[in-house]
Amino acid sequence: MSTATQDTKHEAPAKPTTTVGKAADYLDQRTSIGVAVKEFARKVFPDHWSFMLGEIALFSFVVLIISGFFLTMFFEPSMALERYEGEHPASMHGQLMSVAFASTLDMSFEVRGGLLMRQIHHWSALIFMASIVVHMMRVFFTGAFRKPREINWIVGILLMILGLAAGFTGYSLPDDVLSGNGLRITDGVVKSIPLVGSFMSYMIFGGEFPGHHIVPRLFTLHIFVVPGILLALIALHLFLMVLQKHTQYPGGGRTDKNVVGYPAAPVYVAKMTGNFFMVFGVLVLMGATMSINNVWNYGPFDPSPVSAGAQPDWYMLFLEGSLRLMPGQGTEWVIFGYTLPLNVLIPAVVIPGILFTFLIVYPFLEARVTGDDREHHVLDRPRNKPARTGLGVAFLTAFIILALAGSNDLIATHFALSINAITWVFRVLFFVGPVFAYYVTKRICLGLQRKDRELVLHGHESGRIVRFANGEYIEVHTPLDEQERWLRVNYDAPAPLTIAPKTDARGVKRKGYGADKRWQGLSRFFYEDRVSPVTPAEVAAAHSHGEHDELTGSEHQAVEAGAGTSREH
Amino acid sequence: MSENQNNPADTSHEVTVTPQAGTDVERFADPGVPEHKHRLTDTDPRAAKRAERTVTFLFVLSILGTIGSIVAYVMVPPDGTTSGVRLSTLLIGLGLAVSLLGIGIAGIHWAKALMGDKEMVQERHPLATNDADRAIAVKDLNDGLQDSGVVGRRGVLKGAFFGALALFPLAIAVPLIGSVGGDWNVSKFKHTMWRTGTRLAIDPSGRPIKAADVTVGSVFHVVPETTDEFRETHEWINEKSKAVVLMVRLNPEDLKADQSPPGETWSHEGIVAYSKICTHVGCPVALYEQQTHHLLCPCHQSTFDIADSANVVFGPANRRLPQLPITVDDEGYLIAQDDFAEPIGPSFWERLK
Repeated sequence: MSTATQDTKHEAPAKPTTTVGKAADYLDQRTSIGVAVKEFARKVFPDHWSFMLGEIALFSFVVLIISGFFLTMFFEPSMALERYEGEHPASMHGQLMSVAFASTLDMSFEVRGGLLMRQIHHWSALIFMASIVVHMMRVFFTGAFRKPREINWIVGILLMILGLAAGFTGYSLPDDVLSGNGLRITDGVVKSIPLVGSFMSYMIFGGEFPGHHIVPRLFTLHIFVVPGILLALIALHLFLMVLQKHTQYPGGGRTDKNVVGYPAAPVYVAKMTGNFFMVFGVLVLMGATMSINNVWNYGPFDPSPVSAGAQPDWYMLFLEGSLRLMPGQGTEWVIFGYTLPLNVLIPAVVIPGILFTFLIVYPFLEARVTGDDREHHVLDRPRNKPARTGLGVAFLTAFIILALAGSNDLIATHFALSINAITWVFRVLFFVGPVFAYYVTKRICLGLQRKDRELVLHGHESGRIVRFANGEYIEVHTPLDEQERWLRVNYDAPAPLTIAPKTDARGVKRKGYGADKRWQGLSRFFYEDRVSPVTPAEVAAAHSHGEHDELTGSEHQAVEAGAGTSREH
Repeated sequence: MSENQNNPADTSHEVTVTPQAGTDVERFADPGVPEHKHRLTDTDPRAAKRAERTVTFLFVLSILGTIGSIVAYVMVPPDGTTSGVRLSTLLIGLGLAVSLLGIGIAGIHWAKALMGDKEMVQERHPLATNDADRAIAVKDLNDGLQDSGVVGRRGVLKGAFFGALALFPLAIAVPLIGSVGGDWNVSKFKHTMWRTGTRLAIDPSGRPIKAADVTVGSVFHVVPETTDEFRETHEWINEKSKAVVLMVRLNPEDLKADQSPPGETWSHEGIVAYSKICTHVGCPVALYEQQTHHLLCPCHQSTFDIADSANVVFGPANRRLPQLPITVDDEGYLIAQDDFAEPIGPSFWERLK
């Protein structure tokens, strides 16, 4: 921002004198870019380390595009068969393989920096998905998906699904044994779909598996279709974020009507640019030092061999685990001579369907059971929404158990355990684990809320013991300062929905009562147990009674009786 | 932040702590944004100077990293061996990483230590359009609809319009869908290239196998014998994907049962051959455990008992592996009696039709 552009804003347009000023003037006369600069140059963004997680996803995507461009210069997406003429690696010399696999070898062994870029690209894909998942966790647990951000939450889920698609289509391109078996599993899953499965398999492979069309088709999807849609949706994601302004964590002076933070220029621009280079640098470091997907060790695709202990990339593990856990006995049905393989359909289609549906539906469900139509811009502390936090942890538990089940063979070999026993344990845990996780998490949240109440009512333990003249000992508690206290009392503890009675004044049964009743039941599940924020009256009462014997009473009343009644004394 | 005063449109203002008098007994009052804390670099010019030097040093380090990366590119070309490629990758990568991390750390340190860090507050405005503008928008839309001249009339025109729009993609979709699946002959799933008399050959060499060469306890990965020319084609890969077989010779007394129908013998003196394509989702079932006669799929751990008709003993597979009926020809080579009696591999809707 030169002073020249500043000046042009106000006074009668003085001729800019500096070079930058002249350039800005030239541009502005043709684009009215000054309006955008005025709007965005000092736009305030709230600050918190967790807001960086989404940035990591964004920057990994940029690195994916940069390294991916490099790779496309050398990769040949053809399944034509050739004898490998290259000398390196020696084990591959003279083998029959597809041009795709041969060009992968060539770019790894002959192109200087080629292997580096391949490894950077692969690591970036893993980090891209990981940062998306962790970013989603942040958004979920802090309630950032609430109005007005439901649409952006859905855009985010689509981005995650597209990320999975990008990873899957890219993984299969080198046409090696490992990815070929991955495609084969895909083929098996697709064939299981009722009515159209066989035809979908033909549609994907251009005939029977593996055919000679799949690599060029995946290539087009991987470098054009999927990243194109990803880019468009990322643009929408960021546009909505700027339009709605970023959420902020609770704290003094932060309300649903303001944004407290630092200006885009210079602090945010500098931090974001710095973060981009950090992410890029770390990914390069990973690509330089940690080898990944050495396809020459697996060899070109051949439908016969398979390696034990093979794992998909981590973000596909949950699907793999889901397939592994499903028992096969009695789960393939033949109806009128048609085969319905539920042992594949349930784990590969139904289970992921349920997981994604939960994510998509949750913001609307929560708004409905909370009876909430307000805009929210101040985030929740996870402890203050125990049911949501519990459900989120339950979801993660299910996801992690499936992912672990996807590695059950490695667990078996590393810990010398029976794979059958491990599989059975995971089968049971898949159902029990999430329930247990929900219960424990919710209890921990409620416990933390009570701890907050205790702190607000009685202050910090100072460690100072005082003896009165009458011989009584007390420990002195220092009251919280107002910022500490505000953080702990500034939240809502919504009560379950109240609904209109079953019958109206004339005793006629009301329409829609049943539905209301069900919503109320769900609302109770969410908000039956709650700890209300401390009120000034309670603090006053606690102080006038002096000692902390009072505490237990007030706490119980709040938790057990529900609504935070201001206590009468 | 002095330019804010020049710019009345900028709603941000520096934070002042304005606690409202909290006399409400129901809710505490917002204490306002906490008082700004100065950093060491704000108060101590020496610390600021030190931060400045650190940032400069990091930028210089980044430049050195870039130079180092290019030096590595020129001086350490990969010699083709795996370790040579690794060394080249490592050196180019480390140079690039230093170059990038230098910029990254410098930028963040610059922002955190030297750039203004006063919190600012801006107002949010409700996202919904205000009522007046909404009314105008609705009116504009209605005016547009009226101008189109189709509201409530010209039904045939509207029908033709939507019909045309709905149909034109078909002219693209039909040829695409018609060709994208090749010949769409999905009944190919049900057959393999095994024929009566096809010799069993070793994978990958393609050499036919004599029954006498199969010792008890040994495992053979088997493909149909065919010409060398055919083995260099895509058709071969497709056929091999269905035809691969795992052959084991058991002690005849260990072989509890196989899938031979009454009156036929599908095995030969304890030699049994089963499809290697898992009936779950089609991975090659390749891990044979000699002691238990169990065959394990490494993808999803479906386990089949070779000594007992390849029945499923564990895992997500539902059906046993189809058996290839085998015998020996006049020269003592193992041959197929016929194709598999049922479709191999994963289940599909019309599998039994």
